[in-house]
Amino acid sequence: METFDIFISILGSTIRLSIPLIFTALAGLFSERAGVFDIGLEGKMLAGAFAAACVAYLTGSAFAGLGAAIVVSMIFSLIHGFASITSRGNQIVSGVALNFVAAGLAVVLGHAWFGQGGRTPTVANDARFQPITLPGVDMMRDVPFIGPIYANVISGNNLLTYLAFLAVPLSWWVLYRTRFGLRLRAVGENPGAVDTAGISVIWLRYRATLVAGFLCGFSGAYLAIAQSAAFINNMSAGKGYIALAALIFAKWKPVPVLFACLLFGFLDAFANFMQGKAVPGLGEVPVQIFQALPYVLTCVLLAGFIGVARPPKAGGVAYTKER
Amino acid sequence: MSTASVKLPNWINYGLMPLINLIVAFLISGLVIWLIGESPLEALDFMLRGALGSGEAIGFTLYYATSFIFTGLSVAIAFHAGLFNIGSEGQAYVGGLGAALVALALDHYVPWYVTMPFAILGAALFGAAWAFIPAWMQAKRGSHIVITTIMFNFIGAALMVYLLVNVLIVPGKMAPETRTFLPGGQLPKLDWLMAIFGMKLGAAPLNFSFIIALVMCVLIWLLIWRTKLGFEMRTLGVSPSAAIYAGVPYVRTVIIAMLLSGALAGMMALNPVLGASARLQVEFVGGAGFVGIAVSLMGRNHPLGIVLAAILFGLLYKGGDELSFERPAITRDMVMVIQGLVILFAGALEHMFRPAIVKIYTRFAKG
Repeated sequence: METFDIFISILGSTIRLSIPLIFTALAGLFSERAGVFDIGLEGKMLAGAFAAACVAYLTGSAFAGLGAAIVVSMIFSLIHGFASITSRGNQIVSGVALNFVAAGLAVVLGHAWFGQGGRTPTVANDARFQPITLPGVDMMRDVPFIGPIYANVISGNNLLTYLAFLAVPLSWWVLYRTRFGLRLRAVGENPGAVDTAGISVIWLRYRATLVAGFLCGFSGAYLAIAQSAAFINNMSAGKGYIALAALIFAKWKPVPVLFACLLFGFLDAFANFMQGKAVPGLGEVPVQIFQALPYVLTCVLLAGFIGVARPPKAGGVAYTKER
Repeated sequence: MSTASVKLPNWINYGLMPLINLIVAFLISGLVIWLIGESPLEALDFMLRGALGSGEAIGFTLYYATSFIFTGLSVAIAFHAGLFNIGSEGQAYVGGLGAALVALALDHYVPWYVTMPFAILGAALFGAAWAFIPAWMQAKRGSHIVITTIMFNFIGAALMVYLLVNVLIVPGKMAPETRTFLPGGQLPKLDWLMAIFGMKLGAAPLNFSFIIALVMCVLIWLLIWRTKLGFEMRTLGVSPSAAIYAGVPYVRTVIIAMLLSGALAGMMALNPVLGASARLQVEFVGGAGFVGIAVSLMGRNHPLGIVLAAILFGLLYKGGDELSFERPAITRDMVMVIQGLVILFAGALEHMFRPAIVKIYTRFAKG
């Protein structure tokens, strides 16, 4: 394969592999900036994927699937909110618990309903989010360099991919240019001050976790009915945790989140590409290096070797109004 | 008066409340089973009979429980120092490497009881090593231990797969595992223990690690409640600022607590690697590190509670195997749902029923 074609193909799969990370990391962004740690991103994504696959299969509509994913993921958010905001329980414990519940429940219900060992039946093509061909692809195709990039990387993705790239500036706008965003960030740094201003800390944090659930619904639906055509046991495969790593790597800021997710997506794509190939002078590089690299990079960052990642100050602490 | 400040007697805090939380978790699990069209009572019957019905069944239950005692202790000791170690899974995985290397090196030359202390040491050292960097980052750099230990679980998994596929694999074989250890590198089965009770162990892999786990429980109890270090750890767990003010060395205590936590997690590997399968395999931990979180929460971080909770989870695991065999509509993953619900209700929602209990208790205590 020609170098340029390889480049295009890796770029294309980088985009495809980054999308669930972007939605999920943005979900974590909203939740954590409001001071609610969310280890349960993985579970919400998985529950969303299962709901999307079931409903899309039964109704034949991709949008119904997406809606179901969002609803189910938001229900998980509400439980997380109830445990960590209302009951003032440990947020990490709650997230861990919900990850287990989601992973287990999806397989138990899927197996009981469809009898395929936890898999859902394959969703028909028109019940999935199909690649969209952008206008002018044929015209552009022959333009050197830009043409193939436009035709194979920018065009030909599904609706959710474009939504993910829209979600980044939108999240930035909501967080930094709206009253809700200002208060949300404040509640993650100093909930006492927000409370003194007469704004409900509880309600704000609930809204933040609900936004997180909403966004995880998209990443779940992307996994089940855009990237693949069914729910498969544990199909999120740790992506929720990689997204969490990306969020930290991006220092809890929306635009860097996009780049962190693209970087981790690229590592994933590159690992797939390198599988079984030898590097001149080095021999075959084990795939595991690429698999571990996002986590290693995040740890190096956390150790303070590449700038300082400072989490929201009130993160992980439930707000107690009075004693 | 706020209900949070009322002091409840120990039998409520350590007996009644975990029991209520557990019952709620089981009721919801029963609801799930009922939802998929099976009978919850029948399922419970299958599980109990599957886990306790014969010497072999009990052997399996205790085998699972052994792993969970180690990981439960691992999570608990970190909890006492105010640290949440989610990394027991990865520490156990890497600990398996330490145990396996010792077994591979010694099994040709010496009997098992000579290998055992070195294997314990190897497993504990490797597990502790895997906990060291997150511990150091928490103590020195202030990086959140939850995040770093999650990252290290994944890094550990990648490392172990690499080693098993490329280095430790038996040349010419397909399965990514080490060679089978000779008897000198295995821990013996506990046939005699079952024989005391007039039962047969059969094919159950219950082995000497069970004894090691119980010894560890006693040692950890001594350490936490009868030594200066244990006192310092508990002080740090209750209030870091008070501990530092009182002269507890923060960095040292955090790192020691995490090293002990990692060592205990690593020792869990003795049970499956040296005890059951006599070889190191990919993903041999199988989620036991995460079960440790549930066990530690259920057992209120006390060794005795951890043993009881570990046996309960052993029962769930073995019972779950049996249940999915008898009722194919219910997959083994039902155990994971129950586990999640137990963590949710015994951990995150532990105070949900507290106000109601406080009300009943104060009325009862006054009257």
